[in-house]
Amino acid sequence: MAKAPLSQHKFLLIFLSWWAIWAFLQVSLLIGFGLSAKTSLIDSLVSNTLVALSCGFLSNNMQYYLPKKERYWYILLISLSLSAIILLACKAILVPLLSEKADGVAYAEFFSKSWPVRFDIVFLQVGCMAILSVLWYSSEEEQENRQRRNDAERRARDAELFRLRQQLAPHFLFNSLNSISALIGSRPEQARKMIQQLSDFLRGNLKKEDQQWVPLSEELQYLELYLDIEKVRFGHRLDTQITCGDDCMSSRIPPMLLQPIVENAIKFGLYDTTEAVTIAIRAKVEAKFVIIEVENPFDPETSRPKKGTGFGLSSIQRRLYLLFARTDLLETRVMDNLFTTIVRIPQIQTP
Amino acid sequence: MSNNTAIKAIIIDDEPLARIIVKEYLGFYPEITIVQECGDGFEGIKAIQQHHPDLIFLDVQMPKINGFEMLELVEDPPAVIFTTAFDEYAIKAFENHAVDYLLKPFNRDRFDKALRKWLDQRATRTSDQITHGGNTEELLETASQSPTQQQRIVVKTGGKIKIIPLEDIHYLEAADDYVKIHTHNGAFLKNRTMSFFEKTLDPGQFVRTHRSYILNVQQVTRIDPYEKDSHLCILQSGAQVPVSKAGYVKLKAVLGL
Repeated sequence: MAKAPLSQHKFLLIFLSWWAIWAFLQVSLLIGFGLSAKTSLIDSLVSNTLVALSCGFLSNNMQYYLPKKERYWYILLISLSLSAIILLACKAILVPLLSEKADGVAYAEFFSKSWPVRFDIVFLQVGCMAILSVLWYSSEEEQENRQRRNDAERRARDAELFRLRQQLAPHFLFNSLNSISALIGSRPEQARKMIQQLSDFLRGNLKKEDQQWVPLSEELQYLELYLDIEKVRFGHRLDTQITCGDDCMSSRIPPMLLQPIVENAIKFGLYDTTEAVTIAIRAKVEAKFVIIEVENPFDPETSRPKKGTGFGLSSIQRRLYLLFARTDLLETRVMDNLFTTIVRIPQIQTP
Repeated sequence: MSNNTAIKAIIIDDEPLARIIVKEYLGFYPEITIVQECGDGFEGIKAIQQHHPDLIFLDVQMPKINGFEMLELVEDPPAVIFTTAFDEYAIKAFENHAVDYLLKPFNRDRFDKALRKWLDQRATRTSDQITHGGNTEELLETASQSPTQQQRIVVKTGGKIKIIPLEDIHYLEAADDYVKIHTHNGAFLKNRTMSFFEKTLDPGQFVRTHRSYILNVQQVTRIDPYEKDSHLCILQSGAQVPVSKAGYVKLKAVLGL
């Protein structure tokens, strides 16, 4: 909930200064009308203190209750009634108090003559305070809403990025475990090796976070691990070529961005074909981008690369958009029965 | 044991290691002979036609055509035990219909249980009661309702297998016990019912406009009134498809008219 404006030192100070000025002006005014200095001072102190208390009450009260619609009628009404109460209280306190003095009769008369002016001034003061309070609370509320909206958006974006990254294909995992199961019977040493590879792969999959970019060399090593596991499953017909110059080894990229692209290449290039296949990954640096191409053959009889995002790359497109706010970083190319995915990653420093 | 009483089995899986494990577990059943191992669905169909096996072990995710599509193309299919790493959803869909399914990786106990179940079923039936493929239609219908399925239709034409992507289909027409699938490249027959396709194809794209017709709404260019209460749909190819009164209501709903 928004804090009351008067609970802040700065505003309290401003408020008190205003109050002092009002009180001083009223004293001067009353002396000008021929009242004694003492009477003027008491009159001014009492009436301005009452106004100050009302203002404090008003601004506090609005912290708890402020109608959404009809708020301007509410301000008018509450200001009018508060002013009336203040005036009545002034009369009740001041007239008996100051009547005992020598110029008592004159004061009572003076008060009853001056009440419309007093009411006007008090009403203006209270009304100003009410309007200021309303503005204050509205802007506080607006700010809180904006904050909340920003928080919600950021959280949604983080969650989406997390989900887009965290798409470890269950097929891959269970089929790999099944291969291990088969190897245990015939080639236990090989089985042990594959458990090692699979563990390394899973560990890498678990620990990565979007905030920390990783060197390309590390990511390529990780992909090699993945491809090695696929080679155990389909070793008789999978060949891989990874080419990356020394200049781009140290380029940095968001983690797990290439993984789904390579998985996609495997899905259409290996799972969906029966011949020997080569999956190629090529990386190079150009201007302020590192450009990575993943190439796989596909069977035109059973699958057709769609225009635009190609086979199933919309989640990568989305992720690139969330990371860089650009939609032109992913490109696909079809030549004969070769499908190439090209991703360009800007080499800015980590956000 | 003589040759004609031996049980013939075929293993169809695209991963050699996955076949090895089935082979290993089957080694404990001398009465079962593995007559062939296949690496994809095309080979599988050929092998089934050639050997008429009693039992097949069938993977679902395979190149060219998947296990379900392969089964669709086999006439009088043998008993099937699925071996798959398929997701839970699909498993639930077909667990009531196949002999059994083995979720990879599976151990020998689980394998034995599946095999014994089938052997028991087989033993309690006399030979003329054996109708392995009796509930294949149901099995395929439920399987094809999984979201990953039915992106295409697989048909056999002559000796060849043809894969038809759904967007190539103009319309389907009932033809006795078959359904005639009209496409860019001519028409193909498939031995399924109209209601099978009505249930399994995406209702946002394929509308049954008539008792004997299902059409691809993306192919529609014009709808003309025709006789009383009925209409005629003109497709991009120029073909004319009848639309009944009820079909017209459905078609309008899908087209947003």
